[in-house]
Amino acid sequence: MNIHLQARGLACGRGRHSVLRDVDLTVPRGGRVALVGPNGSGKSTLLRALTGVDRPHAGEVLLKGRPLASFTARERARQMAVVSQHEAPPADLLVRELVALGRLPHRSPWSSEPVDDHAMAALERLDLAHFADRAVDQLSGGELRRVLLARALAQDVDLLVLDEPTNHLDLRHQHELLATVRDLDVTVIAAIHDLHLAARYLDEVVVLHQGRVHGVGDPEEALSAERVAEVFGVHVARVRHPVTGRLHLLVEPEEVVVDPARAMPG
Amino acid sequence: MAHSDLTTRRDSAGETTAVPEPGTGNDARTAGPVPAGMRRVPVVPLLIVSSVALLVSLPAGTMFGPTHISFADVVDVWQARITGGADGSVEDRIVWNIRAPRVILAAIVGGGLAVAGTIVQTLVRNPLADPYLLGVSAGASVGATAVITLGVLAAAGTWAISAGAMIGAVLAAIAVFGITLSQGGLTPLRLVLTGTVLASAFSAMASYLVFRSAEPQMAQGVLFWLLGSLARASWEQLLLPLVVLVAVLVPLVLIRGWLDGLLTGADVAEGLGVPVARLRIVLFVSQAVLVGVMVAVSGAIGFVGLIIPHVARLLVGPLHGRLLPVAAVLGALFLVWVDVAARVLAPPQDIPLSVVTGIVGAPVFLVLLGRRRYRFGGES
Repeated sequence: MNIHLQARGLACGRGRHSVLRDVDLTVPRGGRVALVGPNGSGKSTLLRALTGVDRPHAGEVLLKGRPLASFTARERARQMAVVSQHEAPPADLLVRELVALGRLPHRSPWSSEPVDDHAMAALERLDLAHFADRAVDQLSGGELRRVLLARALAQDVDLLVLDEPTNHLDLRHQHELLATVRDLDVTVIAAIHDLHLAARYLDEVVVLHQGRVHGVGDPEEALSAERVAEVFGVHVARVRHPVTGRLHLLVEPEEVVVDPARAMPG
Repeated sequence: MAHSDLTTRRDSAGETTAVPEPGTGNDARTAGPVPAGMRRVPVVPLLIVSSVALLVSLPAGTMFGPTHISFADVVDVWQARITGGADGSVEDRIVWNIRAPRVILAAIVGGGLAVAGTIVQTLVRNPLADPYLLGVSAGASVGATAVITLGVLAAAGTWAISAGAMIGAVLAAIAVFGITLSQGGLTPLRLVLTGTVLASAFSAMASYLVFRSAEPQMAQGVLFWLLGSLARASWEQLLLPLVVLVAVLVPLVLIRGWLDGLLTGADVAEGLGVPVARLRIVLFVSQAVLVGVMVAVSGAIGFVGLIIPHVARLLVGPLHGRLLPVAAVLGALFLVWVDVAARVLAPPQDIPLSVVTGIVGAPVFLVLLGRRRYRFGGES
């Protein structure tokens, strides 16, 4: 297997306290991995360590076999694009200027050539070209999320790291964005709240719980009813869509007691 | 523009039928036309026009003062001096020996403070920051006050106040830098906190020096220096500030891409390959050197470093390749005419420059504040 990103015995957290310990993770080239877990389970923390923003407390991260700590910021930016959850760009920056910042790792800081071709291509890819001349503060939260993804695409790398990419997006754009990401032919690591979206658009699910990796596997395996109940404290019924046959999760806060008398046949 | 507005409206109308976005849905904002404050002025024409205006303002500024000299005479003097044939007349001496260095110094200091303001605003990611935020000028004022009230550095003669201010600025910059770095790095929050606190401490020290001096004349001397004046300008004084301004401005314009990256915040900038920690050190040192030198030659002139970067940003946007040169030229132009006003408003006295910049600047700034949206504490 061609390994793209690997974590070995990783412990990480903000400050001195380790939120996560003993994380082993292997992401193959072209793999699409979802990190799921309840609030505070360390999804963002793990992403910060995997992208080299925070130094891990223990263990190491290997990017294409080379320790991530040995990359300069610029080398790293040519390898991976990160879309964080809480970016607040200056209000008066235009969308095309914001997206063109994705070209920074590829040009010398003093080059004056307007490398806007990649930026515009990225905007068009996400159907955002008509926003190009808008100022950032004229975007809704969801539009900004998509613009930030466009900047990551403009970065032109083969590893995308996304922290809650579907936050603030309406239903149609949640699906469109994840479908776009899926079709990109790049390796993807995404922290994601919505288990259904995780199962639908990503190939592998990593469940984080109580400071550890609680389970890894393909969506059907990793998101078993028992594990979801234990980790998230809700009860799911896994049902098939009547037409497509796809897996859907029906969520109930309390355990549903099946009354045999009312059970539907079949 | 019209076309994109149309598509915009249709798009956002479509969005309102979808699931509302918690806390972010604001369709009035999404669908509205581009507000006046967001229109950009093309940078090259703006730079050409303002540079020409500056080049005309330099000789024009030397017309004004207690003795009015006609523009024709001024042009004669400048022509004669530049071609090497000075006639040594009264006009020649007033224009060339007294007013010309003063006007040129006004341009350099105005440009320098505007660039310093731009740097500090980028460094602390706040468009309301000014070049005196990080304590350097307060340190300079302690040095200058010590020279005026205690007579230290008397051996340096006419340069004593500048030398004192420079030493104070350097010590203050080292203190702010060291303390901020030791408490977790040059982050915007740390810089603002440390800078503000130390600036208060330095101001208290300067006040104490004034308070304990016996002569009221000294207090007035200190006040005059603190409020800024170019009355002591001389040809020999111009070289250092000019060299410092060019030496800071040119490299920063060259690494403008990294400065632009910093606009998005430290983590994101790092993700875009910007060496954030080193860049912050470069920016801190740049503003410290600029502020130290400019304050040393002119006192602490207020408002220039706050308003001019702001106006420049409203005109050409936040990207530094445009912002820095425009701020420099506009700052120069602005201070040349502020200094003219300082000379002619209450003859034969010079009004301190901060008085003029404050009176002109406060209303201008209020108008600008009204036109622009700000975020503060998460609210806009």
